[in-house]
Amino acid sequence: MATQQEEKAQTVRTPSSGFTGRVRRSKEAVNPGDRVFYNVTRLLALGVVVLALLLVMELFHGAWESIQKFGLGFLVGTTWDPVAEQFGTLPTIIGTLVKSALALLIAVPISIGSAIYLALYAPKFLRTPLSYLVESLAAIPSVIFGMWGLFILVVYVVRPLQIWLKAHLGWIPLFSGPAVYGVGVLAAALMLAVMIAPIITAISRDMIRSVPRSQMEGMLALGATKWEAVRMVVLPYARTGIIGAVILGLGRAVGETMAVTMVGGNAFKLLTSLFDPVHSMASQIASEFAEAATSLYVSSLIYVGLVLFGITIIISILAQLLIWRLSKGRVAVLD
Amino acid sequence: MDRVATACMALCTLVTVAMLAVILGYVVIRGITSINWAFFTALPKPVGETGGGIANAIVGTLIIVGMGALLAVPIGVGAAVFVNEFNSRKLRRLVRFIADVLTGVPSIVVGLFVYTMVVTSIGGFSAFAGALAYAIIMIPIILISAHEALRLVPSSLREAALALGVPRWRVILSVVLPTSRRALTTGLVLATARAVGETAPMIFTSFGNAFWNWNIFKPMATVPLVIYRYATGPYDDWHRQAWAASFVLVVVVLLASLFTRLLLRGKYED
Amino acid sequence: MTLSEQLGIKVEPKATGPGIAPEALQERLVLDNIHAYFDKFQAINGISLNIHGKQVTAIIGPSGAGKSTLLRCINRMHEEVTGGRVTGRILLDGEDILAKSADPVLVRRRVGMVFQKPNPFPTMSVLENVVAGWRLNRFFKNKLDLQDKAEQALRKAALWDEVKEKLHQPGTALSGGQQQRLCIARALAVEPEVLLMDEPCSALDPIATFAIEDLMRELSQELTIVIVTHNMQQAARVSHRTAFMMGNAQRAGELVEYGLTHQVFTNPKDERTEAYITGRFG
Repeated sequence: MATQQEEKAQTVRTPSSGFTGRVRRSKEAVNPGDRVFYNVTRLLALGVVVLALLLVMELFHGAWESIQKFGLGFLVGTTWDPVAEQFGTLPTIIGTLVKSALALLIAVPISIGSAIYLALYAPKFLRTPLSYLVESLAAIPSVIFGMWGLFILVVYVVRPLQIWLKAHLGWIPLFSGPAVYGVGVLAAALMLAVMIAPIITAISRDMIRSVPRSQMEGMLALGATKWEAVRMVVLPYARTGIIGAVILGLGRAVGETMAVTMVGGNAFKLLTSLFDPVHSMASQIASEFAEAATSLYVSSLIYVGLVLFGITIIISILAQLLIWRLSKGRVAVLD
Repeated sequence: MDRVATACMALCTLVTVAMLAVILGYVVIRGITSINWAFFTALPKPVGETGGGIANAIVGTLIIVGMGALLAVPIGVGAAVFVNEFNSRKLRRLVRFIADVLTGVPSIVVGLFVYTMVVTSIGGFSAFAGALAYAIIMIPIILISAHEALRLVPSSLREAALALGVPRWRVILSVVLPTSRRALTTGLVLATARAVGETAPMIFTSFGNAFWNWNIFKPMATVPLVIYRYATGPYDDWHRQAWAASFVLVVVVLLASLFTRLLLRGKYED
Repeated sequence: MTLSEQLGIKVEPKATGPGIAPEALQERLVLDNIHAYFDKFQAINGISLNIHGKQVTAIIGPSGAGKSTLLRCINRMHEEVTGGRVTGRILLDGEDILAKSADPVLVRRRVGMVFQKPNPFPTMSVLENVVAGWRLNRFFKNKLDLQDKAEQALRKAALWDEVKEKLHQPGTALSGGQQQRLCIARALAVEPEVLLMDEPCSALDPIATFAIEDLMRELSQELTIVIVTHNMQQAARVSHRTAFMMGNAQRAGELVEYGLTHQVFTNPKDERTEAYITGRFG
């Protein structure tokens, strides 16, 4: 007359108190409320899975015509001619990746620095207002960034900057080409950096704050300076979360449409310089969808969307692997 | 070294905050002069004429975002609760993996998806499609932040409640969720803010409308789409209105953010 | 010099504890051949124990002996851990609370628990914490009743005077010792018949510890208390009966000796008990 709970659960070492944190529910919940609750939430969780599957299926369905015609050559094709019905996306893929990578390069150091400051260093009375300000920046819709970018950033910052760069460093191939447009890769990267920085900061800050104070105090008690304690204990502990924040930022940058459409320039060409106005995949779809007259044209645009989707999935998987490996290391340290 | 580090970090924060000031500053300067009662209550004027307002777009945005959130919150939080509180190991990994991947899906792809699934079958653009698009964008963000929020609730709290003879579902609803409400709401705000700003999917779903419309199965105007169309259009008056609409949008979003913050103050600060 | 004098233990058999009325001597809580597992690992091997009602029973032993695990079997918290499994019977007033048909939730209302680290609910005030068990189980009637209930429980936990002005402050605003008594009050408010205490004083300073020990003696007049403790002097001070557990060769906990505290400490029957008590190991 015993209660047998069979679960294929993770093996758990047994500290003397016997409790390690993962609390579980047996499938035979005696309490009816529990059973209902379990099933409802499980349904919702499954729903999320179904949603993802549906997404993939529908995209393939929409892109099928183009996939059949061009196959994988689409990915390296460099012609985009609706009249001749020849489509390829290599230039837009490159445009997307360059803009996002550059944006991360600019944003990540600043964001993490801000996050640490807000979480641990800022004077107490400043913390809340400053955090609120940073989160407000995250809340600003992208189309407003686009507007500001188009009318202000491009005109007053990027254009003069590009002209200066060309004048002084024009021999570097990255700074070749006409500098006067203003709209282009550099503008888009700067815009994206401003847009993703607050997200990375806000989430990283929360991750850093979630590190138990005892961790840092333990380090300080050993005679470390605050910065040493942060560097050696707090940051590693929060590392998974911070990387998660950066990935969220990257994802936003890659998929960002409106702001990039407005300041990135919308020309279909292979990127040769930071000043070039080059399409990203998202901006191409946004600009041309309304005019796509033939079904192959539409299908090709959806194919581009599928490729974009694929790239974002690869980024996410890379991030997951990274986090998984890092968190394994982290767990060892903590235990 | 310690001081150099501190100075650097303070500088970073300053830069971030300064960006906010700069952007907001310009939006205010360029937009505020066009704000008047007419702007809020009038419909857009025909192309080429000056004046007019964005009343329908404001209402449209509220309706569509509201519907989207109504769909996204139960699914996102419910799935997060399942993933964190119940030990179905395979499903947990899968759901969390999918949510993480879904956050990276560009909103324009979501728009395409809703377009091929719903817009083509219903036969036209609709606010409902727009709400679906918003919901799909919001669900993964809400799920992930809810999951992280729930993870942060110490297990000793669940133990304490369980030991009092409280059934599991009540422990979750009455102890775990309230304890994490601060982080949960932050997640909701971030998700909503992200959704509202996503103009791209609206191009393919709710499309926009120059007139009043209360039918959710027909196209509906949204403020961000209006801003985009006006900003990239040829008329200076359109640009002026775009700035004004931006001003309105920013104020609303910031007020919402402030509101949730105050709400979150709850009884006890961290 | 007797063994207990060597250890500096002053055991005054009937004088320390409250008098034990004969009718309270029924065997309230009977553990029958308990085995407990974490997945494949066996943590407890065949323990049978008769715990007497309205007394304090201490469980002592070295780390890793499975004392806390045993305790958590009694209020069915062990099953809540990944891979946790229990076999055997536990009879509370004759009913097997480990039976499949027994609802763990109901068991836990009769068998309360206080944990090693105080864990008041951070989002609730002192008052709300005390009555949390009631409110979460929907037993509340109205605000006034709640206030009364809280006062009752807080008085029982000897905390009322210290917190009556602070009822609406967060539960976490109290000192460690107060928080632990708050948790005790919270557990008492549900009116359990048995109170399990898992090293309740290990996170507290000596003064708070003595306060709680006094409390235990008083409470045992109405409640059956089972306490796991590392502190032998504490066990000697507060308990009427003591059980000594030890891990066997496979690291599964077993019951080595169980008897009146006075006897276990002054004249242990098993040499392992004696070795532990004299500090030769553990």
